[in-house]
Amino acid sequence: MPIIDVYTLNHMVQYTNATLDASFAALADVTRRGVLEQLGRAEASITDLAKKFNMTLTGMKKHVGILERAGLVITEKVGRVRTCKVGPHQLEEAMAWLEKYRQLWAVRFDELDKVIEDLKQRENDDGRRKRE
Amino acid sequence: MAAGRESESKPMKHRTTVERTSDRELVVTRTFDAPARIVFEAWTKPDLFKQWWGPKSMGISLSSVEMDVRTGGGYRLVFSNGMAFFGKYIEVTPPSRIVWTNDEGGEAGPVTTVTFEEKGGKTLLVMHELYPSKEALDAAGTGAAEGMGELFGQLDEFLVTLSAR
Repeated sequence: MPIIDVYTLNHMVQYTNATLDASFAALADVTRRGVLEQLGRAEASITDLAKKFNMTLTGMKKHVGILERAGLVITEKVGRVRTCKVGPHQLEEAMAWLEKYRQLWAVRFDELDKVIEDLKQRENDDGRRKRE
Repeated sequence: MAAGRESESKPMKHRTTVERTSDRELVVTRTFDAPARIVFEAWTKPDLFKQWWGPKSMGISLSSVEMDVRTGGGYRLVFSNGMAFFGKYIEVTPPSRIVWTNDEGGEAGPVTTVTFEEKGGKTLLVMHELYPSKEALDAAGTGAAEGMGELFGQLDEFLVTLSAR
């Protein structure tokens, strides 16, 4: 029962943050995950990426488009070259992980409050019964 | 026995804090409106533990809770999808302190200490988790900001749970 419990956290992300759905869908593809990892290291043009992943320009454009719509990648056209880099959404989500754990624990402890209230009530009832 | 019960009076919710206090440590704190022995009881009795740990308001439930809460005893939690968390209690001092290992991840698992400090009928709960190394804690989540790889690991697991539905 660790503080960082990826299983529970993932459920929570799913439960509380529907906006992540698009990101998860975008990442449900091994090439797109590779592209994102690559862009995490350095910016690259679509042509570079197509070469690196041994893919047609059209195919790579499609993948980058999906990542872009999910907010995971941003692209910028400079002259004739479209440069891709990791999007702000991705970074934000990555940075926000500690806050997500805080939320998870807040929810857990709110439930614990209920259990504790029940226990206190039971003690009070028992005490009253004994006194009566 | 329901007569006269003040079921409408809701206690004020206390703030939960989570902080990374060093390269290897995380600390969670929260105050409860009850004496330490009650908070300790809710933490150490399997049927009670099961009610809040989920958390069920998020649609998560534990299918099995085995807890032998004494120094040297073991525990095993299984979520409804079969995922298990297990370890050993290194120290159990009712009603103020529990220390346990987290062995599901192998040797790099953290050690968790929870203390219950009673003051004026309220209890301050401090949950402290110490990882064997900075790398182990980073791998557990913190590193996501620095290394995207860790985030992908989490997403992979998330996708597995999604596809299992």
